[in-house]
Amino acid sequence: MSKLTPVLSANWDQADSFTIEGYKRSGGYKAIKSALEKTPDEVIQLVKDSGLRGRGGAGFPTGMKWGFIPQGDNKEHYLVVNADESEPGTCKDMPLLMANPHVLVEGIIIGSYAIRANHAFIYIRGEVAHVVRRVQEAIAEAYKAGFLGKNILGKGFDLDLTLHVGAGAYICGEETALLDSLEGFRGQPRLRPPFPAIAGLYARPTVVNNVESIASVPSIINNGVEWFQSMGTEKSKGYTLYSLSGHVANPGQFEAPLGITLRELLELAGGIRPGHQIKFWTPGGSSTPMFTAEHLDVPLDYEGVGAAGSMLGTKALQIFDETTCVVRAALRWTEFYKHESCGKCTPCREGTWWLVQMLHDLEDGKGSEEDLAKLLDLCDNIAGRSFCALADGAVAPIISSLKYFRDEYLAHQKNGGCPFDPMKSTKFEMAGI
Amino acid sequence: MSTEQLTEVEMITCVIDGFEVTVPKGTLVIRAAEKLGIQIPRFCDHPLLSPAGACRQCLVDVEINGRAFPKPQASCTIPVETGMIVKTQLTSPVADKAQKGIMELLLINHPLDCPVCDKGGECPLQNQAMSNGRESSRYEGKKRTYDKPVAISTQVLLDRERCVLCARCTRFSEEIAGDPFITLNERGALQQVGIYEKDPFQSYFSGNTVQICPVGALTGASYRFRARPFDLVSVDSACEHCASGCAMRTDIRRGKTLRRLAGNDASVNEEWNCDKGRWAFKYLTTRERVSTPMVRGEDGELHEASWPEAIAAAAAGLKGKRAGVLVGGRVTREDAYGYSKFARVALGTNDIDFRARPHTDEETSFLSSIALDLKTTYADLDKADHVVLVEFEPEEESPIVFLRLYKQSRKRSLKVSTTAARISRGNHKLGAVRVALSSVSDLTAKSVILVGERAAESAGALSTAVALAEKSGAKLAWIPRRAGERGALEMGAISTLLPGGRPVSDASARVDLAAAWGVDSLPTTPGRTTSEILEALNKEDELEAVLVGGVDPMDISADALSQLLNTFVVSLEISHSSVTAIADVVLPVAAVVEKRGSFADWQGSVHSFDKAQADALSRSDVRILTMLSEAMGKSINLPTVSATEREIASLGKWDGAKINFAPIASGSAPHAEGNHANLTSWRLLLDLGTLQEGEANLAGTARIARAHISSKRAGDLGVANGDLVKVSNDRGSLTLPVVIIDIADDSIWVPRNSLNSQVIPTLGFSSGIVTVVKA
Repeated sequence: MSKLTPVLSANWDQADSFTIEGYKRSGGYKAIKSALEKTPDEVIQLVKDSGLRGRGGAGFPTGMKWGFIPQGDNKEHYLVVNADESEPGTCKDMPLLMANPHVLVEGIIIGSYAIRANHAFIYIRGEVAHVVRRVQEAIAEAYKAGFLGKNILGKGFDLDLTLHVGAGAYICGEETALLDSLEGFRGQPRLRPPFPAIAGLYARPTVVNNVESIASVPSIINNGVEWFQSMGTEKSKGYTLYSLSGHVANPGQFEAPLGITLRELLELAGGIRPGHQIKFWTPGGSSTPMFTAEHLDVPLDYEGVGAAGSMLGTKALQIFDETTCVVRAALRWTEFYKHESCGKCTPCREGTWWLVQMLHDLEDGKGSEEDLAKLLDLCDNIAGRSFCALADGAVAPIISSLKYFRDEYLAHQKNGGCPFDPMKSTKFEMAGI
Repeated sequence: MSTEQLTEVEMITCVIDGFEVTVPKGTLVIRAAEKLGIQIPRFCDHPLLSPAGACRQCLVDVEINGRAFPKPQASCTIPVETGMIVKTQLTSPVADKAQKGIMELLLINHPLDCPVCDKGGECPLQNQAMSNGRESSRYEGKKRTYDKPVAISTQVLLDRERCVLCARCTRFSEEIAGDPFITLNERGALQQVGIYEKDPFQSYFSGNTVQICPVGALTGASYRFRARPFDLVSVDSACEHCASGCAMRTDIRRGKTLRRLAGNDASVNEEWNCDKGRWAFKYLTTRERVSTPMVRGEDGELHEASWPEAIAAAAAGLKGKRAGVLVGGRVTREDAYGYSKFARVALGTNDIDFRARPHTDEETSFLSSIALDLKTTYADLDKADHVVLVEFEPEEESPIVFLRLYKQSRKRSLKVSTTAARISRGNHKLGAVRVALSSVSDLTAKSVILVGERAAESAGALSTAVALAEKSGAKLAWIPRRAGERGALEMGAISTLLPGGRPVSDASARVDLAAAWGVDSLPTTPGRTTSEILEALNKEDELEAVLVGGVDPMDISADALSQLLNTFVVSLEISHSSVTAIADVVLPVAAVVEKRGSFADWQGSVHSFDKAQADALSRSDVRILTMLSEAMGKSINLPTVSATEREIASLGKWDGAKINFAPIASGSAPHAEGNHANLTSWRLLLDLGTLQEGEANLAGTARIARAHISSKRAGDLGVANGDLVKVSNDRGSLTLPVVIIDIADDSIWVPRNSLNSQVIPTLGFSSGIVTVVKA
């Protein structure tokens, strides 16, 4: 169980893993051949049967999402890949696209074929110019090889793939804001219904999938449903990328079956940085309520993390040791959400504005016990009241940190400021510089 | 119609706060609650705009068939469903807390400047903060501040810190007006309403954004800091500008009109109006009002006179003379009736015409035969499969007609065709295509042909439109530009018709009316039109005197004023004008806000209004005409507007034989070659019209006058966009910047009455051949 299961990352140690030759050498572009032999509905059924769930955070069954697209409606369909990875701590899609962009391209071809789309889009965050170049090159190679364009593999299937570079807004990772942005508008979430499956990009039936979800499809086609189901837990099948960052000895990507625990992952990553103990961690990016040392054995699958009071999210495990001030961490995250709030709805726009000011005061030791009650009440007035999930994510670190570290908040007041030395939590402090 | 509609709509029953309510499928929860009298607080919600769900103020608890939503839902975005149970703030502590929480958040960055804010006292934020907010704020942080105000146009000012970012204004501009010139910029708490760099908010409908702003973020430049809402007395009124028929609200403080707002009339203007209707009312006070009667003395100057003196002087000049009556298109129905009766009874003539604009016999025939029987309405536009615009520019000449068309254009790509020489901005928004009227062939009974008053300027256009409607069964409507024309026609302020559409030529109609009026007989001699009256004034043995209502001679022709010079003129006016300057007797009359009356819109629907400025002393035209007729010994017996209303009602409409329309053959457009061009023009909504005087902020959004030419002509002249050309004939010339557009190579278009482009006074005509050269 604790063994790694490299699939997407299997060829990352190859010098040319990102080229079409490198990808083909490790078995790439085989899956499209067998996928295009099947009918689109058979492909959808296969993905449904595999139990693959969305790797972008919500864990919605991918095959079911594809199945929502109305068939035979004589409308254009679109597949849109969400590569706008920008959640603090989340760092799986960018390394994947850097090292193995073709697995996404192959997945897109299969996914588009299944949902009968002839045009697919990758919406990638704009800050990662190096990854953008890699993906661009991969698309060009795929066109050259005849995997994209007209009459792919002589099977009469046409597909164009467009790479769209975002302009630096976290909200564009929200699927409907992404669609607005892709259409050339300012990225703000859309009112649902209509859902993208009915009226998405250009008001046409659209599937929006995470990079890793789509990239997982070729392996399912190649190895079959049983192989995929042999990994993972009852309701969370397959393998996935866990991204460990922060105060661990060897941070990075760990591809393992769903349901692995942080204790096991930490063993693989060489443990917490020497001389320190784990204090708190996020299971799936900053918007998932934090865990502590008592959660080290929580199975990291959709159900396990949910049952423990958080969300699997993007499996971005940010590890913080005892040198970290949780108030400081919560404030920094909240500042991020305040900056990234799109402004459309009141609770998120005004709430994050207020939260940052309150947390600043608390960090400066100006808060009181009543302020903590006020802070929690404010979070209650924001969570579940906003237009999209951004604000829910914004209050998650505050509520969860107060749950586990209430005394630390109060210590700031007693101390007249932060009792921690922030230098001690930095990596370079350890390096002795 | 109603039963057909009722069976079509599926009704849904749900429960709100324990009460059952049945509403049509698709009704939003917030609206269903209103039906029960349950007011859920809201900011972004507006019944005529698409749901946004942005402010989150209207959160309620919802369950459907026993399954509860995990979190409160925005009641402005979810439609009711069978089996839905809704708990509002009245019954759900969660919804109540959610609403109070949102209200507190809305207020953290909102300034406490209510005492100096225009909206204070009529502010949804203020009111709902009291009804659905916390007692006090827990916010101790720093408020967001901005420079203020920002002028997003000359008429609309923006105070960004007051804005709650509900997006009502931006949705209105995009969805209703089709002018997406304002948008939300930036993000997070710095999100703000803005314009594109230096492009101001040049929309004819921008004032509506001020009216629907739920806070004081958008204010009208002309009203800002002028009044407190609780000092105003609001009176329902009707708009006096165009024939759209908008319901209006006039707000008066201490006898002075301070602002006008769009009223609600679902069958006409819904809740909108145009900026001219909203802001063009300073004409009341701008020019020097005629405050007392005046009589021209032997010294040739006008002198103030008492009413008896002036009435006597006017009566002496008119009594026993052959006189005509020029009414103008801006009178109320009641005043028009007064003029009509005055002409027939006191002057014994049919020489009366309301048309202070180019007109023809073809139009006279159309108006006396068909126009009053047209039953086309706004509802027909909503259902139309194709709308043909004949010499009619909806956005410029009847803006609410434009909004209706745009609504259908947006909703279902309504097909619109136009006979215009070029596609205007408004028609571009409608997706209109240019057609030759004679080649239109695909009309059905659901099609609508909208004919403008300018059809009279194009020989045969009315005849072709009538024939087209008859052949296809399409509905026909005549949409004059001025508010009073349709009513004046109904009241017989035209040579061919008596009040109620009674033909002058019909003996039984004359007998009927003579009996009703208690006179021996009515004149039988066919009357003259406006231009014929003007010509007859200067001919021996024809007309000797003229009674002029609110007419600007320059609207008729370049020569009209001089034609009035050598005759006895009685002028009924609100302000000094070119006519009062030459009149022998000037009698002051009440402006619209100072009197009771009514206008008939283009559909024929009557919009009555009461005196808004209750303490105004001015008298309506009809009262003065009665005094004058009494002095002439031939009383028209209409001492008050109310008495006039009663007499109009008792007369009813003519149900006897109608005059037959006499169609004529279409003329061909004059051919132009080389430097010559066939000039066409129409009035822009905002221009140099008299009723827009004194409102600089409004004028600031008027479109700049440009000469529109084809790329071929531009090439021949060697001019590019923005270069100046001289448009001239033997009477005068206009020098205008050009804009190169899709227009016939032999044509040129210029605005008719805009700054630097007053076509009739300068060129002497409204359309014809001109010479175009590079200036």
